[in-house]
Amino acid sequence: MRVTRSRRSALWGIVGALVVVVALATLPYVVYADVTDLLVNAFILVVLASMWNLLAGYCGLISVGQQAYVGVGAYTVLVLAQNGINAYVAIPAALLVSAAVAVPVSFLVFRLRAEYFAIGTWVVAEVFFLALVRVRSLGGGTGTALPGLALIDPVLRQAVTYWSALAVAGAALLATYLLLRSRMGLDLTAIRDNELAARSVGVRVTSAQRAVYVVSAAGCGAAGALLIISQLNVLASAIFSVQWSAKMIFIALIGGLGSIEGPILGTGIFIAIQQSLAQLGAWYLILLGSLAVGIAMFLPKGIWGLISSRLHLQVFPVGYWLHRQDSPSPLAGEPLSSGSRDFPRGQGRGGGS
Amino acid sequence: MNWVNAIVQGILLGGLYALFACGLSILFGVIRVVNLAHGDFAVLAAYLALLVVTTTHLPALATIVIVAPLFALLGYAGQRLIIQKSLDVSPLTTLLVSFGLSVVIQNALLVFASADSHSFDVGHLISASLRITPEVSIAYVSLIIFGTAVALLIGLQLFLSRTAMGRQIRAAADDQEAASIAGIDTHHVFAIAAALAFASVALAGLALGTYSSFDPSAGPPRLVFAFEAVIIGGLGSLWGTLLGGIVLGVAQTIGAQIDPSGGVLAGHLVFLAVLAFRPQGLIRARLAT
Repeated sequence: MRVTRSRRSALWGIVGALVVVVALATLPYVVYADVTDLLVNAFILVVLASMWNLLAGYCGLISVGQQAYVGVGAYTVLVLAQNGINAYVAIPAALLVSAAVAVPVSFLVFRLRAEYFAIGTWVVAEVFFLALVRVRSLGGGTGTALPGLALIDPVLRQAVTYWSALAVAGAALLATYLLLRSRMGLDLTAIRDNELAARSVGVRVTSAQRAVYVVSAAGCGAAGALLIISQLNVLASAIFSVQWSAKMIFIALIGGLGSIEGPILGTGIFIAIQQSLAQLGAWYLILLGSLAVGIAMFLPKGIWGLISSRLHLQVFPVGYWLHRQDSPSPLAGEPLSSGSRDFPRGQGRGGGS
Repeated sequence: MNWVNAIVQGILLGGLYALFACGLSILFGVIRVVNLAHGDFAVLAAYLALLVVTTTHLPALATIVIVAPLFALLGYAGQRLIIQKSLDVSPLTTLLVSFGLSVVIQNALLVFASADSHSFDVGHLISASLRITPEVSIAYVSLIIFGTAVALLIGLQLFLSRTAMGRQIRAAADDQEAASIAGIDTHHVFAIAAALAFASVALAGLALGTYSSFDPSAGPPRLVFAFEAVIIGGLGSLWGTLLGGIVLGVAQTIGAQIDPSGGVLAGHLVFLAVLAFRPQGLIRARLAT
């Protein structure tokens, strides 16, 4: 028996991902700004959904309050820009500030059991919103423009915004991938599969959850920074809206919880639905909500879960594979080895055998 | 004297929040489910009552005899068809399902009833009040809502402690497996609890429409207030829920007294303070509901 982490398809996955990133990076030279604007929106959603998925798909923490960090990220960029710092340069600052804010907040919201955690995070987001609305210099309740960027040539600005969004999305996915492949990733996978069992074999569940909560906040903060940069203004009620949570949840659910690929696929599906049905107004959200309910109940691992279980396909492998060797080994008689030659391990409930 | 008035109004507002929190408490205490669509169901009940008023010309408050039983049926069916099925997938699935339902209900109301805000016409009652001192007067509407909340809590307490069904509910909430070994049909018992919770949600929706007004997006804030009342009071304690509602209500009215736009924020801050310094809530929970 031999344990490996990747199969050849995964190598192709990484090569493919690199090719895709390079191809995407050249797009501003090839297509019109409306396409890149749509993609900026998509990149922001990929980041948000991936960050929510880290919490829900791996830690069993359902948050309805990640918009708190979207807002913190956006307002960090605004404050820095008001003090003369370039908004693009401020993106890493937004990430750090969001992470720093998330640390003390985690001690508060982690006092709530899993089920009430959701509403607790929502209250925190509301508190941030209600507090920020009172700051007149940041636009109060009526919103304000992001200074500095409007003077840049629009074509250049749109291209740089696009590259920033691509970089943030790429970094978020890479960070997720590396996090899940690290030792902590193993802890997280164990928590995802059975929190009680994970705790009993010595996984430090709470500290792993806290680390992921902070990482998730950082990602959402970067997404918030991209939002204010792409829109050139910020409105507190919009940036702190629970709609962001709705989008994260629907995308991650439809795409597939507990996988890196799920939120990417989900974003594609979400954008397709949005582009084709948005003129239906409220009906569009009724359909999307119903779809999410149906998927949560009948297809809990989402559409990517369906694809990967049928095709044994993984683009970003973070688990382990057991390969059966023909020479007799002490484990040869293990019931695991019946059936197929390769067994994915730690890839989810019912993944493997 | 304005402060006294703020406190009195806050206590009465607490009755409304306790009414909202009741359903949340039952669902969580018995079935271990947090219904993120809780506030939206209350608003749905208010719209249903409005529909009954316009078609039958019944007085608004009388519609409760139609809306509450309908909601009890909805709760029973919802528990057996949706909540139980979601629980079987995983406990957290119920959260996601209820969040999806929340979005669906809000937007369905938007489509069928427009974004206009409504309130119930209760005739002279709306302006009638009990004048205690020149500065402090109590509106009958607030008093009725507070009384309803207290009556509901007493009724629930008696039902859970004195009746056979109440005992079965407490048993199933304590240990589902042991209860079913003892011959209790836990699915039926849970559905009865859900029916109770939904009937109380209908009551809360009507109270909301009488006390102030409602529109399709009025649900989520009510969910948050109800949740805060539950946590401030102490999980699993019915009377704690009333106390939590009162503390939240008083915090909001005093906050609004200091700064007209600061009421809700003050309520949230009190909630966070309780979470930080007394996470078990003001009243220690007794076993089972």
